[in-house]
Amino acid sequence: MTAPSMDRRVGEVVESTSTSFVAQCYQLEGAPALGGLVRTDSPDIYGVVGSVTTEPLDSARPVLARGQDADSEEDVIRDNPQLARLLTSRFEVYIAGHVDDGVTHQYLPPRPPRVHSFVYACDSEEISNFTTSLDLLRLLLNSGASHSDEIVGACIRQAVSSHDRPDDFLALACRTLAVELSADVARLNSILRRISP
Amino acid sequence: MIQPNENNGLSHGRIATIEGMALGMVIEGSVANGVEVRLDPGVSVEQIKVGTFVTLQGTNNRFFGVVTDVGLGSTDPRMKFTPLPADDPFVIQALQGTVAFGTISVLPQLTLPDVLGDEQGPTAAKSIPSHFSRAFTASQEDVETVFGSEEDGNFWIGSPLDMETKLCLDLGELVKRSIGVFGKSGTGKTFLTRLLLAGILQSGQASSLIFDMHSEYGWQGQDTDKGVTVKGLKQLFGSKVSTFTLDEEHSRRRGLSTDETVHLGFNHIEPEDVELLRESLNLSEVAASAAYNLREKFGEDNWLKDFLDAGKNGSLLELAEELQVNAGALRALYNRMGRFTRHGFMVEHSRVDTAAQMIEHLERGQHVVLEFGRYGDDEAAYILVSNLLTRRIHRKYVEAKESAMGGAGKEPRPLVIVIEEAHKFLNSAVASQTIFGIIARELRKYNVTLMVIDQRPSGIDSEVLSQVGTRFSCLLDNERDIDAVLSGTSGGRALRSVLSRLEAKQQALVFGHALPLPVVVRIREYGPTFYETIQGNETEEEKKRKVDELFA
Repeated sequence: MTAPSMDRRVGEVVESTSTSFVAQCYQLEGAPALGGLVRTDSPDIYGVVGSVTTEPLDSARPVLARGQDADSEEDVIRDNPQLARLLTSRFEVYIAGHVDDGVTHQYLPPRPPRVHSFVYACDSEEISNFTTSLDLLRLLLNSGASHSDEIVGACIRQAVSSHDRPDDFLALACRTLAVELSADVARLNSILRRISP
Repeated sequence: MIQPNENNGLSHGRIATIEGMALGMVIEGSVANGVEVRLDPGVSVEQIKVGTFVTLQGTNNRFFGVVTDVGLGSTDPRMKFTPLPADDPFVIQALQGTVAFGTISVLPQLTLPDVLGDEQGPTAAKSIPSHFSRAFTASQEDVETVFGSEEDGNFWIGSPLDMETKLCLDLGELVKRSIGVFGKSGTGKTFLTRLLLAGILQSGQASSLIFDMHSEYGWQGQDTDKGVTVKGLKQLFGSKVSTFTLDEEHSRRRGLSTDETVHLGFNHIEPEDVELLRESLNLSEVAASAAYNLREKFGEDNWLKDFLDAGKNGSLLELAEELQVNAGALRALYNRMGRFTRHGFMVEHSRVDTAAQMIEHLERGQHVVLEFGRYGDDEAAYILVSNLLTRRIHRKYVEAKESAMGGAGKEPRPLVIVIEEAHKFLNSAVASQTIFGIIARELRKYNVTLMVIDQRPSGIDSEVLSQVGTRFSCLLDNERDIDAVLSGTSGGRALRSVLSRLEAKQQALVFGHALPLPVVVRIREYGPTFYETIQGNETEEEKKRKVDELFA
């Protein structure tokens, strides 16, 4: 992999399992969008953002509402500069594949990313290369997340715009989904409606 | 969006014929029930018709089969209960061909040779292709491999469904066994028969004797749908066809000069004929069998004449007493026969043996059409005349064949006898007595076969029907008729659905001896183009024959 540009670096792995990892953002509210494709360095592991959380750093100190007298939301942030230090954004990523010896595989890597691995948001070219095959949809559908249909829908919607021939990509996505969900037409229908252009 | 593959030919509304189009793959099946093929996404069920030819590429063999059923399937049995957005083309398109797909049932009939044009022809399929074998629509080459091509001397009768390929028949094989042309009224039986006869005439494979009930085959016929006249055999083949008529006046009115006028003498009628006419003349069994007693008394040649004379002289009662038959029955016989013998073509004594004349023509390689003129509507006349003549002709053929077997003569030329309203001759009550029943059963032993044309095949004796080698069936809707036509055919159940879905015109299901597998044929147009090919060929042949004769 070529050295990823610094400006696409969005966070760092803070928790890691075989099927997913959690990354903490460098910027508050700086997480990639739901369904976005991200990548860790060393080893190269790809994943899809499954959920984004913003919470207090210290769970014992809950966030309090502060804007009762403020005119706008920006005023609240400006008047309480400490907030950026007390809060943090994290995002959970479901692992969708990895690169081994320069070959992309859409199945789980032997080991999850190391903690403190950097996490980068993928650019258009990377997205379109990685999603030429869509076996990752099976990983996402079976990720066990309660909202896996939403993740799949968001992932496909985001990937469409990266492709030169969006119609072909969408057709491939539909076919793949239909194979995966051949025994559950109702679920298939609900995802299809989410990706309908 | 899922786009149907542009190259699959479906976008043009017609399935490509040069190269077989990929349809799908085999997912299950058995030899007994045929295989189930799941259609590829992009292939719509609406474009596959029952009766279409399909090839299946197995691992080691290529199979040739026919579509017997088209169905809809789903991977999820709950789909039919799931409300789906029918108006959302995106969702519907995504579901089509994937979770909701089309299936076709294919009955593999033949195993094709590995290399097209191989010496070894197609053989009957005794196995089925393995799972995931690909199915294709049959290409022109495949069809030619199976049915033969026009270049090989076969006769082009039409095209298979959805194909422009010429479907050919081996006429030599066709005339070896009896032929049946069935279909309800107005489905094109007459046109099909004309076409077949023209083919037989052109090929010279056999002579034909046509009992032309409604004067449609000889000179010219009517296309009642289009309101035009179509050419008859005499117009197409000229001197190759001899026309006989029972009703000279009728022929003259139609501007047709006939070769011979038929007169039948009383001396030609036999008690067996009376037996055959029982139903048409409404005679009791006793009355009909009285004819045998009469023959015993008056002799073979004169029984009818003497009997009618006795009736005229008023001595029927004495005669009845003498023969010990019921007087009422004898009177009934007298009345019916008296009325019958007043027909113009009946004469008291005829020295001319019409049958011999016909045979003479047939022996010369000519084809004989007997027009009935106004007697065509008289069922009894049709039955009597055709039976009487055929019996004599058959007798001569048997003699000729037997002397040929003894090495004393040459083999008689194959003869096809064409009869209409066949159920009247071949119903179970009379089939055992009429000569047609005998011919149908004896088959080709004596080189004489039948071509039966009928709209009520259920009326034909099942034993006779089972001997009909090649059957052409236009649309039939009566259950019993369909059963009768398909009786004794393997895969009858599958053919049933094909048969009842034929179009009302110009389509026929053809199966039996002359074909390797059943086929639905869009019958070729019988019109100016056809005349041209027939006459064009004939002049060439004629020329060649004449040149050969000169220098022989």
